Amino acid sequence: MAIEIYANVLIAGVLTGLVYGLSALGLSVIFGVIRIVNFAHGEMMVMGMFLALELFRWFGLDPLWSMPIAAAALFAFGYALQALLVHRVAHLPEHLQFLLLAGVATVMVSAGQMVFGPDARGAQVGYALDSYAIGPIVVDKVRLFAGAAALGVAALLFGFFRYTLLGKAIRACADNHQGALVVGLNVARLYALTFGIGAACIGAAGAIILLLVDVHPYLAPGYTLLAFVIVIVGGLGSMPGALLGGVLIGASEALAGFLLVPSLKSAFSFGVLILVLLLRPQGLLGRVAAP
Amino acid sequence: MRLRWPSPVPRRATAALAALFAVLAVAPIVANNYQLSVLTLVLYYAYVGQAWNIMFGFAGLLSLGHALFIGIGSYASAALFVHFGIGPWAGVFLAVALAVAVGCFIALLGFRFAISGVYFALLTIAFAEFTRIVCDHIGWLGATEGLFLPVSSRSRIDLANLRGPPEMFYYLMLTLTFAALGVSRWLLHSKLGYCWRAIRDDPEAAAATGVNVFWCRMAAVAISCAASGIAGVWYAFYYNNLFPEIAFDIGKSIEITFAPIVGGVGTLFGPVLGAFLLFPLGELITGATQRLGLEGIKQFIWGIAVVAIVLLRPSGVWPWLWGILGLAETGEEVRP
Amino acid sequence: MSTALLLVRGVSKRFRGLAAVRDVSFAVPRGAIFALIGPNGAGKTTMFNMIAGMLRPDAGAIALAGLSLVGKRPDVICRAGVGRTFQIVRPFRGMTVEENVTVGALVWTNDVAAARAHAREVLELLELAGKRSAEVHSLTLPDRKRLEVARALATKPKLLLLDEAMAGLRPTEVDRMLGLLRYLNAAHGLTILLIEHVMRAVMALAQHVIVLHHGEIIAAGSPGEVTRDRAVLDSYLGAAVP
Repeated sequence: MAIEIYANVLIAGVLTGLVYGLSALGLSVIFGVIRIVNFAHGEMMVMGMFLALELFRWFGLDPLWSMPIAAAALFAFGYALQALLVHRVAHLPEHLQFLLLAGVATVMVSAGQMVFGPDARGAQVGYALDSYAIGPIVVDKVRLFAGAAALGVAALLFGFFRYTLLGKAIRACADNHQGALVVGLNVARLYALTFGIGAACIGAAGAIILLLVDVHPYLAPGYTLLAFVIVIVGGLGSMPGALLGGVLIGASEALAGFLLVPSLKSAFSFGVLILVLLLRPQGLLGRVAAP
Repeated sequence: MRLRWPSPVPRRATAALAALFAVLAVAPIVANNYQLSVLTLVLYYAYVGQAWNIMFGFAGLLSLGHALFIGIGSYASAALFVHFGIGPWAGVFLAVALAVAVGCFIALLGFRFAISGVYFALLTIAFAEFTRIVCDHIGWLGATEGLFLPVSSRSRIDLANLRGPPEMFYYLMLTLTFAALGVSRWLLHSKLGYCWRAIRDDPEAAAATGVNVFWCRMAAVAISCAASGIAGVWYAFYYNNLFPEIAFDIGKSIEITFAPIVGGVGTLFGPVLGAFLLFPLGELITGATQRLGLEGIKQFIWGIAVVAIVLLRPSGVWPWLWGILGLAETGEEVRP
Repeated sequence: MSTALLLVRGVSKRFRGLAAVRDVSFAVPRGAIFALIGPNGAGKTTMFNMIAGMLRPDAGAIALAGLSLVGKRPDVICRAGVGRTFQIVRPFRGMTVEENVTVGALVWTNDVAAARAHAREVLELLELAGKRSAEVHSLTLPDRKRLEVARALATKPKLLLLDEAMAGLRPTEVDRMLGLLRYLNAAHGLTILLIEHVMRAVMALAQHVIVLHHGEIIAAGSPGEVTRDRAVLDSYLGAAVP
């Protein structure tokens, strides 16, 4: 088969993977700092999607412009979740933390179902069917914008953690909880902030991905699992790892869907997850030791 | 805050249990079809909750893909029946064997590669999802269109092939649930039970005291999966149709954990109590909000219940109840 | 040595850059009470962990009555006849005192009733019989230490490894423990290897003392000899300024 077709599939996969990577960044940030596995991840992403959908339906707002709004809304949600619920189980055994978030996830999915109904809805933007052609390479406009937006947000996030005082404070908490307390950092507030930031990433990713996918409440578990696959492959606690993992998974899913039966492509991701969990649980770039 | 695992069966609770059994045994006579189906479901979740509880409460392995073992049991027995005419009482052996084999395989991977906690849970989810997607493509098992069991007349009781009225399935599940309770109690009081409880508290100290941690955990996995496989057989013949999307659904796997968590993980009665609390509650609320057409209100309430329990009474309702009702055998304070 | 119950030969263990145990050799005869002493960080607990199977030595041999223990799982070693206590007690918190000890007894029987009966006997011996239905959280530290010993004893060990069993005990409690250990050694032929900082216990109980410092044996002999040894005193008190 012609190399251009492979290239097109690959590029589409990489661009989609960037959006996956952004959502996985949210998961990774939360785990890397607070050491909590956010099982309600997919549900938060769907929340971002629904928000962008409603803004599109009522105001015709392009999801790319709703992205900051979704990010802000999910930030508030994540902050509240950590400050009110999650911090109360911080000292309990790990499985209880997991189960708390599983409970929250269930509440969110069913709430979504009650409010929006089970049918899939999408946001058809004006340029949905347009594409750019660079020589033999054809790229969907929506996919290109989505990937670029995701990359942009990720860059902002990296910048925040690297260059701002707040970002450094949060990294300090992640590196040494006791030490952070000792130097007077308000760890509880920083944790809430971190959860909010992670949630904001997820919300932004949700808004962006609406350009590519239709939304319905049962999309959530799939996204949670996808994010886990990415984060574990890329390495828990590593931010570049999350992006890299996203791109890898996006690309391999696209190729697998193209070469094999399309519906089997998720099975491929799970196969990869199993292999990584067994052979290299710290992932490709992981810093944090596997629990 | 430390979690305490309460010790097994107080005498007064056993009496209450016998009374419950008596009530449930005569229920079909007074209940209408809808109520019977709800009770059947309650018992089903009480049963699979116990199965799940053995793997987590006793072996410490968090499984969030338990629908996998139930689904394997369902498909194995259904396929044997549909394609080879082999009845469920013979088919259950293969169903159980397969479920146990897969479960032990996953557990072995976990031990071999030293995976525990959340990572192990993810491993179980991954296997369940993988199986679901692959099963979607196996034509011989019906793929996405589903596997259907031939339904003969619902009024004739054919116990050999598990064809019959809902009452037959009800009594079967009632028997299974109470048998599971009896077996669990027996296990907890056996050498294996002592070893499990030691491992649960401190695996290293248990090993230093001569407990073979690996075999004890594998035994728990095997028993849990065997019980789940049996549940799967019952499920297939009760509903008469199987779809990978439903049989291996991660939502189902998560729902299975709700009753034990609310009732009390690691306790004997927790799963049963939890099922009897959550399901009637769910049905009540669904019925009350019928007019509002709130799709999914049941899961909503359950999710809230789980969150509330984790925040307020992480040990579950049973230890709390036990403390209040003073069902402790000795005179000491029991702290939930 | 045919009378040696425990034979340790050339055992070494490194943790990354740190040599915790360096080429240590000693033999504990059947029916003896030996003490392993030395300043903190000398490698004593590491040595115990290697004998009991929680750690694998990098080099050397460890044998119990001729049976090699190296590479075997802790529970296998326990069944072979090694009972141990931990420096910081590790009781099974969800179980009662009697149930804790019963787990130990279940090493040599599958009959729960027999195990419980034996557990009760052991608890009598350790003067914990009155508290056999107590929950662990209600026990005082001396009681928990006795529980730790009881649980190890219930496994019917040939060799008992005691890791600072006297720490935190008042003098009268130390005396009771000493009396019990002497009884078990004399009447039941139990071989005991103890790590101890409480010198009174070492002097009163041990027939032979081995001194570890920075992972090496710097002295070995009777309690009297060892406590007068120059090198030993230096290691504990720091070398005198010449």
